[in-house]
Amino acid sequence: MNKKISIRMSGLGGQGVVTAAHILGSAATEEGKNSTVNPFFGAEKRLAPAESYVRISDETIHERGEILFPDIIMIFHPHVITLGKCYTMPFFEGLQKDGIIIVNSDEPLMLQKDDLEKLAELNAKLYYIPATQLAIDVGGTDLSTNMSMLGGLLGVTKVVSYDALRDALAERFGGGKFVASATTAALDDALKGKYEKVAQLIEKNMEVVEQASKFVTEYKY
Amino acid sequence: MIEQRVVEPPQLFEAEKETQFITGSEAVREAIRRANVEMAISYPITPQSESMHLVGDLFAEGYIKEYFRGENEFAVMSSVAGAAMGGVRVFTATGGPGTLRAFEAFSTWAGARLPIVCAFMTRGINSPLTIQPDTIEMAFMLDTGIIMLHAETAQDLHDMILRSFMIAEQTEVHIPVGVFVDGFFVTHTRDKVDIAPADMKLPPYDPYSSPVPVMDMENVPFRQMRDPFVMKSNYVSYSAHASWQQEVMAAAERARKYIHQYLGDLIETEYPDADILLIASGTAVSQSREAMAMARSEGFSVGLVKIKSIRPFPEKEIRELVRNAKAVIVPEFNRVGWLAREIKSVAEDTTKIVAGPRVYGGMTMPPNMIMDEIRRCSI
Repeated sequence: MNKKISIRMSGLGGQGVVTAAHILGSAATEEGKNSTVNPFFGAEKRLAPAESYVRISDETIHERGEILFPDIIMIFHPHVITLGKCYTMPFFEGLQKDGIIIVNSDEPLMLQKDDLEKLAELNAKLYYIPATQLAIDVGGTDLSTNMSMLGGLLGVTKVVSYDALRDALAERFGGGKFVASATTAALDDALKGKYEKVAQLIEKNMEVVEQASKFVTEYKY
Repeated sequence: MIEQRVVEPPQLFEAEKETQFITGSEAVREAIRRANVEMAISYPITPQSESMHLVGDLFAEGYIKEYFRGENEFAVMSSVAGAAMGGVRVFTATGGPGTLRAFEAFSTWAGARLPIVCAFMTRGINSPLTIQPDTIEMAFMLDTGIIMLHAETAQDLHDMILRSFMIAEQTEVHIPVGVFVDGFFVTHTRDKVDIAPADMKLPPYDPYSSPVPVMDMENVPFRQMRDPFVMKSNYVSYSAHASWQQEVMAAAERARKYIHQYLGDLIETEYPDADILLIASGTAVSQSREAMAMARSEGFSVGLVKIKSIRPFPEKEIRELVRNAKAVIVPEFNRVGWLAREIKSVAEDTTKIVAGPRVYGGMTMPPNMIMDEIRRCSI
């Protein structure tokens, strides 16, 4: 891989877009690639728009800030599209030719006709995944939605390996090395309490990832 | 807490490094862990809060002797002044509206010759309010008398903070150093940072390195505060005040050689002989790197100048670079273009300087914007 891959994750505050980006970036770094990860959010918190950006490349990455021209867009909640809870309008603004969109929704959304036309012009591939439902069914909590979204991503394209993702997950929740912001730390503790043991948490989340990778379906429009 | 041993600064700075995938805020913590800081005082403001939160964790772990949260930024900056006068190595950080709330304190620090190191995580301060990155506060800080360094990456941020203590505490310098960094673009971005082993730390601050009387049992605070110039209206008082301000400016000039020693040149260049030069500081440099790569692949003769030290300003270096270039483009993350003003103030021919592009309000600068200026300059 010589090309830089730019991934934009759009979701709502509390859904774990920042953590998903962190884990994906760490996994890419584990594999010896260069990666930068950064979030974008306002002063508001839960259910407000939150985005994070992952850049992965074999070369040094200089570019900073939000990703304006993504290769892959991951939509963590239908409201990003239907309520415009997004930093870009339309939600796929800047998507590169042959780009990929993965949407967390139990069923395909009623996208506007001109949006579908633009996506067709870009030759974009559109995927849907019931990520929250999978997180509840397999992981036992909707807090694993971000993990099933990562599973959906791996189901579509192997930007990182499962092993690297597992290592990154273990580093994020297992090691004492990481310090999150106060809010994220509180959520982490809630999660840890839920699974009691970190090892279980990691295995359970990897199960979510692996199951989710099978449930992502392409939508022909 | 890891048992630490004091080492000579070069030993720490040149130690074999471990690469960590961390945020800019975490890079601040790793600098302070190794800086032998005795006291830190905090007040939260986005995007700085995480940095001082993590410094607080160092206190909890035992790396720092004293840490507390002040009442507000003015209180913090005043308390930090007290700590420095009391002879301890002290660190704090703020950003955006916090910087302006504490503004009076910075000139006071410089005038009192306090070697405080403060990180400024810059953000927008104009109304309507924003928490997003914007470097406008640096325009206000230019004439406070403090040394101003501008970090481009988390690595810069880590290195500049750690090494700033060595620059600030030189007897012939002994004024504050502000390490400025673009909020979110660096503080909240995870990137690779090379870090020295945690069992090493800098030598402690020697309060008797101060060029002004140190507060001790011989010079009690009462004696320092007695008969201040403000209470006298006479020739000695006026001339002492005037010459003292010159001395603070001279101290910043004398810092140049220590910046060279600890951080290298005040500027870094790539293709300095090119027809078109992009001159920038902070993350505007990162965006310029992308633009330069695009431009050079299309055959344009484009070079890059990264300004690391804003105060003291690399006057001679910039004057010479501008003289030799056909055009100069100054991309900035603020509304007013303060860096372009600085460059124009030292250039002989200001007509070849393009004061832009500028992005403000929190969005990133697409390298294409810089590319458009490069094309315009090439016609």
